[in-house]
Amino acid sequence: MSTRSARSILPGFGLSLGFTIAYLSLIVLLPLSAVFLKTSGMTWAEFVAAVSSPFVISAYKVSFFASLAAASVNAVFGLIVAWVLVRYTFPAKKIVDALVDLPFALPTAVAGIALTTIYAQTGWIGRWLAPYDIKIAYTPIGVFIALTFIGLPFVVRTLQPVIEELEPELEEASATLGASRFQTVFRVILPQLTPALIAGTAMAFARSLGEYGSVVFIGANLPMKTQIVPHVIYEKLEQYDYRGATAIATVMLVTSFVLLLLINLLQKWSRRYNKI
Amino acid sequence: MASIVTHLHKPAGSHGHASRVTQDAPWVRWLLTAVALLFLLGFVLLPLLAVFAEALRSGLGVFFAAFTDDYALAAIKLTLTTALIAVPSNVVFGVAAAWCITKFSFPGKSVLITLIDLPFAVSPVIAGLIFVLMFGLQGWLGHYINAEAPWFPWLQAWLAEQDFKIIFGTPGIVLATIFVTFPFVARELIPLMQAQGTDEEYAAVTLGANGWQTFWRVTLPNIKWGLFYGIVLCNARAMGEFGAVSVVSGHIRGETNTMPLHVEILYNEYQFSAAFAVASLLALLAIVTLVLKSVIEWRHSRLQG
Repeated sequence: MSTRSARSILPGFGLSLGFTIAYLSLIVLLPLSAVFLKTSGMTWAEFVAAVSSPFVISAYKVSFFASLAAASVNAVFGLIVAWVLVRYTFPAKKIVDALVDLPFALPTAVAGIALTTIYAQTGWIGRWLAPYDIKIAYTPIGVFIALTFIGLPFVVRTLQPVIEELEPELEEASATLGASRFQTVFRVILPQLTPALIAGTAMAFARSLGEYGSVVFIGANLPMKTQIVPHVIYEKLEQYDYRGATAIATVMLVTSFVLLLLINLLQKWSRRYNKI
Repeated sequence: MASIVTHLHKPAGSHGHASRVTQDAPWVRWLLTAVALLFLLGFVLLPLLAVFAEALRSGLGVFFAAFTDDYALAAIKLTLTTALIAVPSNVVFGVAAAWCITKFSFPGKSVLITLIDLPFAVSPVIAGLIFVLMFGLQGWLGHYINAEAPWFPWLQAWLAEQDFKIIFGTPGIVLATIFVTFPFVARELIPLMQAQGTDEEYAAVTLGANGWQTFWRVTLPNIKWGLFYGIVLCNARAMGEFGAVSVVSGHIRGETNTMPLHVEILYNEYQFSAAFAVASLLALLAIVTLVLKSVIEWRHSRLQG
């Protein structure tokens, strides 16, 4: 493998690879290593104390369950949206398709204040729920709403190309062999989409765990209630508790690297699955 | 994490097959389309409409006053400056990374691709934290400046004399923004250049072109639309970044406040109309980004079809 680079007649290999690695190291790897170096300066007892105080444990729970709920909702509705966008035609489809990327393009702070305004007691949606004493803004449900908004494009954009590449012959064969459309969908189509669906949902989940901008507005960061892990780090930094912030950041980084690894494996599985 | 970014080379929609057995029943089509549209309306379109509705609620006078305010102008200027540094840096990196990854084969390539994706997996707050740990007063730089017996005393003296602020200053904001938007251009170009292969470059080199000629005359025209979209997306994210910038900025009005941070301050001061007015500028940027993406995708599918 390595001999081919030597034989390639195209120039610029050394320059471009050298620059890539230098830039990557300076901007990403070196700064990230600061977290682990700082943490390695703590004793094990200090580390455990920093990452397992009641406030932090509560924040883990809020982050985990709100992200899980949001990712699950996105798995269901993202699948429907992706299916509708690929398989059906309807007016303004191009605009709807473009709209799916909005959560990705809209600055998170803007999304945060907009969602808060909509779901506050006087907001477009909040005012209809207020008479039933249902509160969304400043509660864990608000956190869930913000994370659902953030995660949607990940599920839809992971599924879309896979649905596009589904072979109609399989569905035709299934129908020819006497399967109902219902059986075809659940026995033939969905199994082919499963790896991509899991990968997309995992991406939405991973993104939700780290999300900050949209959640801090609608959740209002009430300790033990709606405070998320990134906000605990932010708060510790504001109090100049660098060690505490770094210890929690280590836990988050390790979690997201493990998730990233799992997602990469899932995508490999998805690609292989769909080639057969 | 990059499927969103790399969607460009696969035009969405327009499927050929429509044989009857592979079609869903009409009521299923109606139901699913209605569910999908309602979900998008409630979760995506409504927040966007809310931004503009709230921005214009107190009238056009308040709306425009929000931009002529000195602090708002300073925030807009800082956001533009940040993007003007962060985006070109990541474009140079993205092109270099895509060139070595797609035109050559070498061991460790897949590890390199994974490492390029790494910033996607890092929470924005942590993206800010790492630069505080490096350049903050309690960080590496601070320790070095205050060290009693440092390596290179002349460097310590020079740094102490300069008194330039990285954290709570523009350099920190730029660094955090570069980190957060790091993978966008590379992620857009790699699949595109992989699909195009190396034949045309080989032909150019064989005919006597040198490296730069090959890149400017052969590679760049082939990737210009992908590159353009990468730049647009990178720029949108650079201007809108909130969490990472919030950690390193220090929120000094008129000095280290970017547009998203200015929105936060106005909002927390209950100046809702002004907050949403500035937010509507950012929302407009997001809309332009999405429109450009659709146009490029449309061009792309037309060229292929």
